[in-house]
Amino acid sequence: MQQGSNPGVVTVCAPEPVVIGVDALPALFSALRAWGYTVVGPTVRDGAIVLSELESAAELPYGWGVETEAGQYRVRRRSDTAAFGHSAGPQSWKNFLHPPRARMWSADRTADAVTVSGAGEQPRYALLGVRPCDVRAIGVLDRVLSHGQHADAVYSGRRDGAFVIAVECTEPGATCFCASMGCGPDAQSGYDLALTELVDGDDHRFVARSGTEAGARLLAQLPQRPADDATVHKAQAAVKRAATEMGRAMPEVDLPRLMTESRESPHWDDVASRCLTCGNCTMVCPTCFCTATEDVTDLTGDHAERWSVWDSCFSLDFTGMHGGEVRVSGQSRYRQWISHKLGTWHEQFGSSGCVGCGRCIVWCPVGIDITQEAAALAALRPPSVLDAAGGETADAEAVGIKED
Amino acid sequence: MTTLTEAAEAEHADPAVPRFYRVVSRREDTYDTVTMELAAQADPLPLFAPGQFSMLTAFGIGEVPISLSGLGSSGGDGGGPAALRLQHTVRAVGAVTRSLCAVRPGQLIGVRGPFGTGWDLASAIGHDLLIIAGGIGLAPLRPVLLAALEDRSRYGRLVLLVGARSPADLLYPDELEAWRERGVEVAVTVDRPGEGWQGNVGVVTSLLEPAAPGANQTTAFICGPEIMMRYAAQALIALEVPTQRIQVSLERTMRCGAGWCGHCQLGPLLLCRDGPVVTYDRASELMRIREL
Ligand SMILES: Cc1cc2nc3c(=O)[nH]c(=O)nc-3n(C[C@H](O)[C@H](O)[C@H](O)COP(=O)(O)OP(=O)(O)OC[C@H]3O[C@@H](n4cnc5c(N)ncnc54)[C@H](O)[C@@H]3O)c2cc1C
Ligand code: SF4
Ligand code: SF4
Repeated sequence: MQQGSNPGVVTVCAPEPVVIGVDALPALFSALRAWGYTVVGPTVRDGAIVLSELESAAELPYGWGVETEAGQYRVRRRSDTAAFGHSAGPQSWKNFLHPPRARMWSADRTADAVTVSGAGEQPRYALLGVRPCDVRAIGVLDRVLSHGQHADAVYSGRRDGAFVIAVECTEPGATCFCASMGCGPDAQSGYDLALTELVDGDDHRFVARSGTEAGARLLAQLPQRPADDATVHKAQAAVKRAATEMGRAMPEVDLPRLMTESRESPHWDDVASRCLTCGNCTMVCPTCFCTATEDVTDLTGDHAERWSVWDSCFSLDFTGMHGGEVRVSGQSRYRQWISHKLGTWHEQFGSSGCVGCGRCIVWCPVGIDITQEAAALAALRPPSVLDAAGGETADAEAVGIKED
Repeated sequence: MTTLTEAAEAEHADPAVPRFYRVVSRREDTYDTVTMELAAQADPLPLFAPGQFSMLTAFGIGEVPISLSGLGSSGGDGGGPAALRLQHTVRAVGAVTRSLCAVRPGQLIGVRGPFGTGWDLASAIGHDLLIIAGGIGLAPLRPVLLAALEDRSRYGRLVLLVGARSPADLLYPDELEAWRERGVEVAVTVDRPGEGWQGNVGVVTSLLEPAAPGANQTTAFICGPEIMMRYAAQALIALEVPTQRIQVSLERTMRCGAGWCGHCQLGPLLLCRDGPVVTYDRASELMRIREL
């Protein structure tokens, strides 16, 4: 995620910020569309601020905010006209970069051969209004789906073609904790263009800075003025203040170690008594990437396709093997999810799997809160966890899967 | 404009897209297990190492991970060099494996790979090599035994302990005999003896004592049901074989083989990438924790 989103584009160092008025947003849309991008951004629909393909800047959620709490989400009218005055909604950018259903290939069989064609060309998205935590989440997905030993063609195609416009956070929600994850509220890298929104009555403007050459070229096309020190300071102060206004914080402990040492914590029984294993948290999380595959054929049986579909570690058949599932209990499935997010992700992909966006807290039907569960595990660790862990067991049951 | 060849190459470079291989031979090993040899149609996949696996696609049905059970026995006839041919031994347990087992010579199967870690045979040089197999677990161990036999002088004793549910489930019985003739100490046991079974009865670990590996100089490769691997590893530890000289091949659900689907996690390990072959010093704690 250190690199800009357009490969081969050199990152511009310390670009001078400029100020663009809210009336520059239509020009921004036109420029992006002229470059062949489909713009994706926030808009109000069905009582939520969702991410959607947008035709024009008029569709942005001007004057709308949200109220969030564990298990609760409501849009509300703001007293100003801010377009990005809301915290995360039910979707994230993964819906576009790593779509819920994607065709991996299709194949046709004749008497003597099979011809296969791959995922093919992917749409080019300009992602508008990406929160710094979500910029980081895209970087997390990059490491999983693009920068490993093998690159996922659908994700990499969409990611390489994407243009990222970050909007820094000045009004975090009650469920936000990106500051404690080191993932916001300021945008540090991984964007083409970064905006900070300022609204003072009718004076509705953005401090804008480019992160890549493509971002600089886009910015050059917009009506603008140089940023005066007062405006820049005002924007910076608003972002700085946001860091202190997060509704939640992750406990300051060595999270990977906490997760490893909590593998046999009694707390899993407590979470499992509340968790419905519905998987909502994995669907809304901007970094949860797990997929299953579905093979389908047409009626002749000679045309086959493979689709990748989002899957969740909360579903029982996620670990289904011949002989049974590995993670049968709700305890083990919640443990897998939170341990992966906060712990094993580091070893697997070199970063945390959680960026502190708070979505999983909001969209959990029973309000399970990852920060509180981590705090509960931390509180239990010494010395009760050691007691509960017991000695080395080599019983057949410990394997947890049926043998044949 | 990309040319057709470029497009074909780009697609082939996509690790998610299977290449279709022709079934050149098919052998029924047991009532539910089939070994097939596959030859590439056009550009073959890179050379597989023993212990690595393929993702095999039954057209329109689905895809499953299947270990390499051998490299090609024959070459020429247009199917590329023998070393780039793949042998796979598949046990029919569900929709996809049943469909794969039903293939006929001449039919096409989708192949992706090679994926995962292989057996670290180099680490066994100068040691006795002890191979312990349970059930279908003999399939991934076969190519590493063959590789050791190719280079016989570099190893001490070659010991193969095989466990099967019943005599009818025993894989490669003819080859077991041939390996015995080539100096492999082979011992076989079954859980449920049938009529006329003269051999050992009991779990595969019961063969360890008679095989008596000399302590400090044994490298062990184990593949079979997880509980069997744990008991076998613990028995070896009791015989003072160091845990890092015990390698196990682990199984979890795998949808992609390429590190993207998330299914094959075992704690910090992505078994399609960091496994399936893992040394026991890493695996033992992860295998101990229930439902990890
Ligand atoms: C690294 C590795 C190497 C392997 N090597 C070999 C080998 O060499 N030879 C061999 O024979 N086997 C091998 N296996 C095991 C083999 O991959 C499995 O036996 C195979 O995946 C079974 O697939 P199936 O569709 O035939 O069977 P099923 O068990 O029917 O289906 C497999 C998957 O489908 C899903 N599924 C099945 N039923 C349901 C249901 N009712 N609802 C929802 N989901 C369901 C499960 O998630 C399951 O994981 C290996 C496995 C691994 C991980
Ligand atoms: S785990 Fe929760 S807070 Fe963390 S990134 Fe995922 S949805 Fe956001
Ligand atoms: S934690 Fe909440 S959202 Fe996640 S599976 Fe459990 S009940 Fe569903």
